[in-house]
Amino acid sequence: MRWTGRSLRRFEDPALVRGLGRFVADVADQHRGTLHAAFVRSPVPAGEIRSIEAPPGAPVLTAESFPGIRTMCARLDRPDFVALETPVLASDAVRHPGEPVALVVAGSRAEAEDLAEQVVVDIEATRPVLDATAATDPDAPTVHAGLDMPMGNNVVLDARFATEGLEAAFEEADEIVALDIRAHRQNALPIEARGALAAHDRGTGRTTLTAANQMPHMLRTALADILDIGEAELRVVTPEVGGAFGQKMCVPREYVALVAAARLLGATIAWIEDRSENLLASWHSRDHSYLLRGAFNRSGMLLGLDADIVCNIGAYSNYPVTFGVEPLMAMAELPGPYRLSQYRVRSRAVTTNMCPIAPYRGVSRPVLTLAMERLMDTAARRLDLDPVEIRRANLVSEFPYSMPTGLPVDPGSYVETLDAAVEALDLEGFRRRQQQAAAEGRYLGVGFSVFGERTGYGTPAFAARAMEITPGYETVQLEMNPSGDVTARIGASPHGQGLATALSQLLADELGVEPRQVAVVHGDTDTTPYGWGTFASRSMVIAGGAAKLAAERLAAQLREIAAHHLEASPDDIRLEDGSAVVAGTSVGVTLPEIARIAHHSSHLLPAPMEPGLSVSATYDPGGTFSNACHAAVVEVDPDTGHVRLERFVVIADAGLEVNPMIVEGQIHGGVTQGIANALYEELVTDDDGNLLTASLMDFLPPTVCEVPLIEVTHVQTITDASITGAKGVGEGGAIGAPAAVLNAISDALSPLGIEVDEMPATPSRVRELIRRAQSTTTGGPT
Amino acid sequence: MKPAAFEYHAPRTLEEALGLLHEHQDEAKVLAGGQSLVPAMNFRLARPAVLVDIAHVPGLDRIETNDPASVTVGARVRHLDLEHNTIAGPLGSLFAMTGRWVGHYPIRVRGTFGGSLAHADPAAEWCALASALDAELHCRSTSGSRTVGARDFFEQMAFTTCLEPDELLVGVRLPRLSDSCGVGMAEFARRWGDFAIVLAVTAVERDGDSIARARIALGGVAGGPVRASNAEAALAGRPATAGTVAEAAAAAAEEVDPTGDIHGSADYRRDLVRAMVTRALDQALA
Repeated sequence: MRWTGRSLRRFEDPALVRGLGRFVADVADQHRGTLHAAFVRSPVPAGEIRSIEAPPGAPVLTAESFPGIRTMCARLDRPDFVALETPVLASDAVRHPGEPVALVVAGSRAEAEDLAEQVVVDIEATRPVLDATAATDPDAPTVHAGLDMPMGNNVVLDARFATEGLEAAFEEADEIVALDIRAHRQNALPIEARGALAAHDRGTGRTTLTAANQMPHMLRTALADILDIGEAELRVVTPEVGGAFGQKMCVPREYVALVAAARLLGATIAWIEDRSENLLASWHSRDHSYLLRGAFNRSGMLLGLDADIVCNIGAYSNYPVTFGVEPLMAMAELPGPYRLSQYRVRSRAVTTNMCPIAPYRGVSRPVLTLAMERLMDTAARRLDLDPVEIRRANLVSEFPYSMPTGLPVDPGSYVETLDAAVEALDLEGFRRRQQQAAAEGRYLGVGFSVFGERTGYGTPAFAARAMEITPGYETVQLEMNPSGDVTARIGASPHGQGLATALSQLLADELGVEPRQVAVVHGDTDTTPYGWGTFASRSMVIAGGAAKLAAERLAAQLREIAAHHLEASPDDIRLEDGSAVVAGTSVGVTLPEIARIAHHSSHLLPAPMEPGLSVSATYDPGGTFSNACHAAVVEVDPDTGHVRLERFVVIADAGLEVNPMIVEGQIHGGVTQGIANALYEELVTDDDGNLLTASLMDFLPPTVCEVPLIEVTHVQTITDASITGAKGVGEGGAIGAPAAVLNAISDALSPLGIEVDEMPATPSRVRELIRRAQSTTTGGPT
Repeated sequence: MKPAAFEYHAPRTLEEALGLLHEHQDEAKVLAGGQSLVPAMNFRLARPAVLVDIAHVPGLDRIETNDPASVTVGARVRHLDLEHNTIAGPLGSLFAMTGRWVGHYPIRVRGTFGGSLAHADPAAEWCALASALDAELHCRSTSGSRTVGARDFFEQMAFTTCLEPDELLVGVRLPRLSDSCGVGMAEFARRWGDFAIVLAVTAVERDGDSIARARIALGGVAGGPVRASNAEAALAGRPATAGTVAEAAAAAAEEVDPTGDIHGSADYRRDLVRAMVTRALDQALA
């Protein structure tokens, strides 16, 4: 019996659901004498700092307090890239609302907020630029004055790619479909906002940062680099983390300032971000626009694709992945699972006086999938084709396939998942129901979204972006203890995904132990091997692969000891049900017995084996694509513009599913965030840069009342690109859902000739489209 | 997101509460359910120096139903108690159908009727209901008591009423509705439990197949609740048909003068007024 493939209940959950999980704020509460920090932030999007005045003697720290501190700057080694430096605390200029200017410390958060109010920052406000396209105008304010911008005002990345026959493809086309796709600004909105506790031990000179974070090892390196201290002086611990979605991947200025302050004051200081700070100045996401042209022939074949992509990356770069991640991923992956030979793309990153952007679940792919899927539906309507047929005609079905950009696509089930979605929906039945509803003046619609999710990519893929800091591999250290239990120390940093459970299942199968006998240790730079953490749908593929490789090594050692003990050949030894047995016999020795020999009677080990049972392995794969088809059924209220989701169907192919329940949970969460992206969440600023959605009264995540039951069907296409057979699935839900929802709204409103290309499709936006369409078609007000 | 420092009082009698309000005047704020005030304090949008918590003041949490012509709702009656009220007739129905739109369940457990009226959020359900029914609001201070009609109680400026700083809203008298009166309530919000973008409360007295008198109050379209007088006039004495309802809804959309915000432009709000008035009237006439 194998543990892999079973929906084991997650080992992580009993503590979480009983309130026994320890998050940063819990750790801070339990620490005696913790001080609390608050940040003084810029009230304006742009300006020059004239002075910072604090009450005499108050513990207010500014850039001047930390003379040795460096700026934060991650680079891409490419000629079309301009590096942006971020000061830890702003000292001369402020470049976005909420930018940290000073840090105050007090006995409680309330007192720290009182003190922060008394700090007077005199800023001479200057004219801000908030919109990316406006920012490229030569007359627009320059966000980083004095920095050489050879590619245009505020343009910090201008990447281009083109195949030779693009123009010819457009000349040959029967139909050219042009779209203007807009994805507005969002916040990843983890339930736990950011937070950290910096504790400086004056005895040892070491500082421990306990932080809500996805990349503890990278964070330690970054802190050491920026503060110019040795990594031996630092320890980073990530306790329970209440959601991250990319927002806790990049190094926050606040964490650096907190560590510097703790070392300066010899104190333990907590900063627990509140929701307003989080919405204003944590990291934002999306804010992309695509001008897209697709060349089609009469039968719906996509002959050529031409795209101009602009990403508003805000005032600074993130660290370490840089702002290049959004435009470069969009450029590389836009064609998705559609066969295409002629492709031209220009993809720019533009700096503005908005909060900086960090990766958020899906990164560019929710928007590029929206762009491609809207293109397919719009083309189908223009060419009078069925949206399912136009997809079938263009989807990749032979593997391996190479995108025009050279990106290899490994085996998947693009057409199969689409067909399965059509069946799950009873599309014919739905079309009949849609017609009946139309006769009653009701607007029902269905929308599809087919996409590939590039996951589990290692160093080679990141190196293709020319990153100075190139992530990719993961290391797993395995140790069998004298009792026969297993400790797995991993560089990945799960924060709610259930990775400990899934790795335990995988290791149990490899080692012949029970999953409960495996302890997965993560999130502590003192006790785990250097690794990149948990992001980019990578952990099951890469940490899982490293775990499998390490387990193979450990299993080989166990077999060798058993063979020596049983006077058999190691090749004949099988590890199962907690024992090592000679195949085809009942002769065996238990794993605890072997473990005792290795640790406590090491003189009995075969020479020259070293005592103990400790191995390590690293895995660094090239990457694999999981895939899915999403389908949404909606009803649009024409009077209010309200969109009600009636059904949401997902046919998901994540390769080998180690724990199908966990896979399904990932899809549920992702789809919910995708629905949020499609219909609800938007960070809105006024013309002066003031954030108008600074609380959860105005920034609206959907709740259980708005999200329908998500119907998931599993398909498993096994790939050689991942040694476990598993493909990543963490982001797919968020990637596919927006396109399915907007296509469904457009289908519902097709009698009015409405195509919805902007998200979120809020009720007021949808109603505005309806009002305009009705006044054109009827010639009068409605 | 922590409140600025404040002084806290929990008076045990009405006289004590009024004394505190008299003493601290503008510096003081009344704390009832705290569902609006406490978040505002945490955002430091409200910074009262003194809180007068009326949780322990006796006699404010009753719904008086002895009078055959009216019902008096104590200021501290919780939203949930109105949602699940036992008031007979259409008035009870209107309280029930309106109450379920007030915030989320946990908010309705703690938040109060009087608190909502005194807070005077332009999108508050209870303010529109009080306006529709021409409620009479009983206000007390150390210098005496007065009764103010809903029309005069709400200023046409958000979060503003005629209450003096030392006055406490103690109860609200609402007329009972005749059994021939139909009631309706329609609201549009982005999500279940959110503040309304636009809402409509209606009470329509029938005279056979025609409409004797209609009351329509709107929320979310001005600084306070407003009566759609032109729409009401368009219904009075007219046959109870879909055409009449459409005319009234169009009149309501025409007579309001909303301002736009991030959830919708002025035009969008007018569209919603038409839709919500139509739906609330359809309910009242069903």
